[in-house]
Amino acid sequence: MENHYYNAKDLDKFGNIAEYQKELADKFFSYYGEVFKDSHLTAKEKSLIALAVAHAVQCPYCIDAYSSDAFEKGYSEAQMMEAVHVASAIKGGAVLVHGVQMMNKVKEIGM
Amino acid sequence: MIKSLKVLQHPLADSENQLEVLENSLGSIHPTFNEKLVLSGMYPLRASGIDIMQLNLGKMCNQTCKHCHVDAGPDRKEMMSRSTMQFCLDVLKNSEIDVVDLTGGAPELNPDFRWLVEQIKKLGKHVIVRCNLTIILANKRFYDLPDFFKQHQVEVVSSLPSFTQDRTDRQRGDGVFEDSIKALQMLNQVGYGKEGSGLILNLVYNPAGAFLPPSQAALEKEYKMELSSRYDLVFNQLYAITNMPISRYLDYLLSSGNYSRYMDKLISAFNPASVQNLMCRNTLSVGWDGYLYDCDFNQMLDLKLSASGNQHISDFDFVILKNRNIVIKQHCFGCTAGEGSSCGGSLSV
Repeated sequence: MENHYYNAKDLDKFGNIAEYQKELADKFFSYYGEVFKDSHLTAKEKSLIALAVAHAVQCPYCIDAYSSDAFEKGYSEAQMMEAVHVASAIKGGAVLVHGVQMMNKVKEIGM
Repeated sequence: MIKSLKVLQHPLADSENQLEVLENSLGSIHPTFNEKLVLSGMYPLRASGIDIMQLNLGKMCNQTCKHCHVDAGPDRKEMMSRSTMQFCLDVLKNSEIDVVDLTGGAPELNPDFRWLVEQIKKLGKHVIVRCNLTIILANKRFYDLPDFFKQHQVEVVSSLPSFTQDRTDRQRGDGVFEDSIKALQMLNQVGYGKEGSGLILNLVYNPAGAFLPPSQAALEKEYKMELSSRYDLVFNQLYAITNMPISRYLDYLLSSGNYSRYMDKLISAFNPASVQNLMCRNTLSVGWDGYLYDCDFNQMLDLKLSASGNQHISDFDFVILKNRNIVIKQHCFGCTAGEGSSCGGSLSV
């Protein structure tokens, strides 16, 4: 184990997870491949969704992969940043909407 | 205007320096293209005939694109002479080569361009012109090119790396997108790209950066939708072409720190199924000075044919050249990555 948690080169080793549990890894990668194919949404649209989600879950590997993929598929810098703002707005909104829960509790116990 | 590497006296203007980078900079980390072919059982790579003659009419161009593998530009003076063209016509007259692909630079800048097209058509051959679009608007004397192309049923293949201005201009220069759209409208007006016209207009996508092209089929669909809705433009096919790590694109890769990563991508995406359809297997490339090459990229790297004694158009011998061994180097990984790449787009494998 190295003295840091993330290494960019580990992204290329993603497939190695099959070494410890091949059956589940094969199922996951097969599913993953299917998810990103052109279907009711295009592969290009799915790439932008993945970019936004990658930021929401703050996965550096996913951000690396889908920043490249979305740009390669033709999205502009502005479009990609707007997608990140969508993730930010949803995450920020998710925090703030819980403010209602806080308000409910305070109103319940306050005089 | 950006100057060519040659005028800047840049080390990469010398093809030997480019080959040195390609052959030696990666150390022992990567296999050679030669080794990949051996492992795939496809060595030596041989021509399967000569169906297409590609003529480079000169290195002069009105544009100076950042990725240009020819290092073309307004400051390049090399130009195919009429006497060299005549050698090519003599070969065409006595051969079964059906397609002549005219490229440059901007081939239309050669003063004998129209004469050559007329002579080739008299021989009953199909002509493709690699038109950069903006040349049509570069000077009044080119305004009638769409009519000239139509008159001679010339197939037009034109670069448009994006349906957006930003990406196109970043790669090809300020104002190129706007002029390209105007030129495409002029081509559409005379019938190019329109169903039933018989006038073929194909577009070329190549990545504006250090990455491989996405799916050609998906891109074509998107281009057709966007160009139609935004500019009411139509075209026939989109060719997705991989950028070759040579000349100005090699300079870009090295200066931006992307070279090793890009070569990693090309090599790891090696697709053995693309090899049988490589364009070098059925194309012969003729330089502005009449020397012969397996492809346009070998021409720019000055890698002449393996068949000694048949290296110039004046020495052309169909029987010897139709099954020649093809000269391969590390840049060949550019044509075998992913879906494969050629002057006609992906190799559909």
